[in-house]
Amino acid sequence: MKQIVFISGKGGTGKSTVVASLVKYVKNITIADCDVDTPNLHILLPHKRTAKSDFTGAKLAFINDEKCILCGQCRDVCRFGAISDEFVINPMKCEGCGACQLVCPVEAITMDNVKIGEVYEADSDYGMFTYALLDIGAEGSGKLVTQVKKTSQKKSGDQIYSLIDGSPGIGCVVIASITGADAVVIVTEATLSGKSDLERVQKVVRHFGIKSYVCINKFDLNSSVTHDIEEFCHLNEITVIGKIPFEPGIVKALQQLETPMDDVKLLHIKNEIVRMWETLEREMIQ
Amino acid sequence: MKIAVTSTGQEISSQLEQKFGRAEYFIIAETSTMEFQVIDNKASLEAGGAGIQAGQTIINSGATVLITGNVGPNAMKVLKSGKIKIYRGQRESVEKNIEMFNKHSLEEIVDSVEAHHGMKNENSST
Amino acid sequence: MRIAVLSGKGGTGKTTVAASLAYAVKTSQYIDCDVEEPNGNIFLKAVLSESEVVHVPVPEVDVNLCNGCGECARACQFNAMAVINKEVLIFEELCHSCGACVIACPVKAIHEKKRPLGVISANCSHTFIQGALNLNELMSVPIIRRLKEKMNQHSHVILDSAPGASCTVVNTIEDCDYCILVTEPTPFGLHDLKIAVELVKKAELPFGVIVNKAMNENQTIKEFCHENNIEIIMEIPFQKEIAVNYSKGLLPVQYDIEWKKKFNELFRNIERSLEA
Repeated sequence: MKQIVFISGKGGTGKSTVVASLVKYVKNITIADCDVDTPNLHILLPHKRTAKSDFTGAKLAFINDEKCILCGQCRDVCRFGAISDEFVINPMKCEGCGACQLVCPVEAITMDNVKIGEVYEADSDYGMFTYALLDIGAEGSGKLVTQVKKTSQKKSGDQIYSLIDGSPGIGCVVIASITGADAVVIVTEATLSGKSDLERVQKVVRHFGIKSYVCINKFDLNSSVTHDIEEFCHLNEITVIGKIPFEPGIVKALQQLETPMDDVKLLHIKNEIVRMWETLEREMIQ
Repeated sequence: MKIAVTSTGQEISSQLEQKFGRAEYFIIAETSTMEFQVIDNKASLEAGGAGIQAGQTIINSGATVLITGNVGPNAMKVLKSGKIKIYRGQRESVEKNIEMFNKHSLEEIVDSVEAHHGMKNENSST
Repeated sequence: MRIAVLSGKGGTGKTTVAASLAYAVKTSQYIDCDVEEPNGNIFLKAVLSESEVVHVPVPEVDVNLCNGCGECARACQFNAMAVINKEVLIFEELCHSCGACVIACPVKAIHEKKRPLGVISANCSHTFIQGALNLNELMSVPIIRRLKEKMNQHSHVILDSAPGASCTVVNTIEDCDYCILVTEPTPFGLHDLKIAVELVKKAELPFGVIVNKAMNENQTIKEFCHENNIEIIMEIPFQKEIAVNYSKGLLPVQYDIEWKKKFNELFRNIERSLEA
C-alpha cells in the first residue's frame, strides 16, 4: 500500500478540500486525518463511526497533598513553570518529564498516564476512515498522529492507497504525519506566504528522504508568485502536479458540505483535480 | 545462536516486518533448535524514540543478530553499541528469512537508511 | 495591553489581522509566535537588524565520572538516552531539556551544554520581533517562551499565534489580556472556531471573533456566536481584490485609509471593553 500524505506548510491553502475531493474519486483507499488539533475531513466526508477510543499518550505529575511537606524542591527543578505556589500541577504546562518526582524527598509525586485525545474509526462509502481529536491544549499531538496512522494501517486490508490529510506547520505533528510516507503532496497557494511556507516545509520533507509533489491552489491570484513557485520546484526537481484557479464557488460548495467533485458548476475544478491525480499516480508507478 | 526477526505476526510463519522501531512483534529464534519466543514491541506505539527503545529490547533479548527491513540512524546507533549484526530481510516469512540467513544469502546492513531518511524517523513528541 | 490573535484553523487570516492591528496602532509591538511558519514580515516588511540564536540545554556525559549505571536513561521520559554496555548514547533532538537525567545521575557525571533550536530576529526598535524554528526540529515552545520574554512592558503588544490548539498556542496566549479569534464562514472555519473558543475559555481570557472572507450567504458563524454570547468584533469581506493584494504581501490597512481607521477603532473598542 502506498501512503500519500497531503501537507501545506501554511494553513488554509485548500489541503483538506483537495483530500476530500480525491477521496471521492480515487478507488481502493483508506483515509486518515492527521490534523489532530483541528481535524476537518470528517465534516465533508459522510461516515459512520464504528469505534472510539481514548488515547493516553502523556504522563503528568500529580502531587499527593497528604504526603507533601511543601519543601518546594519540585518547583525549583521544574523548568516548565508547571507547579503553582500552592503546589498544584498545571496540566497545560506539565511536560511529563518526572524531574519533580526525582527530587521529592517524601515520594509525594506520582507520574500518571493521562488521556490526551480520542481516536475515531469509521466506515465511509469511500473507504475506512480514521481521525482523532486532541484534547484542548494537550501535550503529545505527535503521538496522537502516530496512533491515527497505526490504527488506519491496521485496517488497510488490501487497499492500494492510503490518503492522509496532514497538518500545517513544519514541527512535531508534521514530522509525525510524514514519517513512513511514500509520497508527500504539498498543497500551496500563489501568495508570498504560501511560497515562503512551501520552501520551509519542502526542506523538511527532503530531509526525511521522501519524494514530494506540489499542487498550486489559487494559481491565477498572482502569476508572478506562481511562476516563482514553479521555478523553485523546477530547481528542486519537484513535479508540479496540479494548478487550481481561484474560485469563490469552492467556498460556496463547502458551505453546502460539498466538494468540487459534487458540484456541476465546478466541473473545471474537478477536471483539474482528476488530472492531478492521474499525474501523481503515473509518477508513483515510475 | 539467537536471532531476532521483526515480524507482522506471532508465528514463525508470519511475514517479516519491514519497519524496525515500529514493528509489532520481534520473534527471537534459537537457530540450532528453531525454538522461538515472541516479544511484543512496546516501543511500536512510542511517538518519540521507538527505534531507540526497540534497539534496547533486542539487546536485552540476548540475540546477536537482527533481521529486518529498514533501520533508522538512532536505532542503528543503539544496535551497533550492543554489537548486534543486522541483516536485510526479504519480503518472506520469518522462517524463510532465518533459513536464508543460515545459507548466508542475506546482505548485512552496515549503514542506516539513506543519508537522512529516518534521521528523526521515530520522533514526534513535543 | 497584550492581544493574542489565534484561529484554530490555519489560513483564516490570523496574520492579516495581527499585522493590520500592528500597522494601524502605531505604538504597538508585533511578535510573530508562529515559529514554524512565520509570515508577518511578508506584510510588515521590518528591517531585521538584530538576531539571537535560541538555545536549549541538552545533557553531556563526562565519561571519566560515568559508571554506566543507566539511571539517566531510566529517568528520561522521552527516549533521548540509552545506556548500552555502560556506554551512554544521547539523542539530542528527542531531548525536552527537562534536566531529569542530571538529577538522576548518582555520580554527577552529567552536565548540560547548549544546543541551537531556532532564531529570533527583530528590527532595531524592537517593534517587530519574530521567531523561527530551525528546520527538522520538533519543539517550538522554547522559542515562544524566549519571544515572550522580549515583550515590551511599556507598549501594546500584538502576538500572532500558530494555528491549532496545542501547547504552542497555549504558551502564546498565556498572560495575554485579550484574544482575537479569526475564522472564516466555512464548515471548517466554524468547527475550528469552536475548538479555539474552548481553548480561550479554558485559559479564562476575554475574547472576540473576527470573521474573515465574510459572505452574505453564510450565517452559521453568526448563529454560533449569537447562541454562545460571543461578540463578532469585525467582518472582513471575501473580495478578490483583498486576496490579490494579500498574495503580494499587501494588507488592506496599507492601501485603504478606511481599513486603517477600522482597525484603530477595533483596538480602542477592545481597550474600552477591558477597562469596563
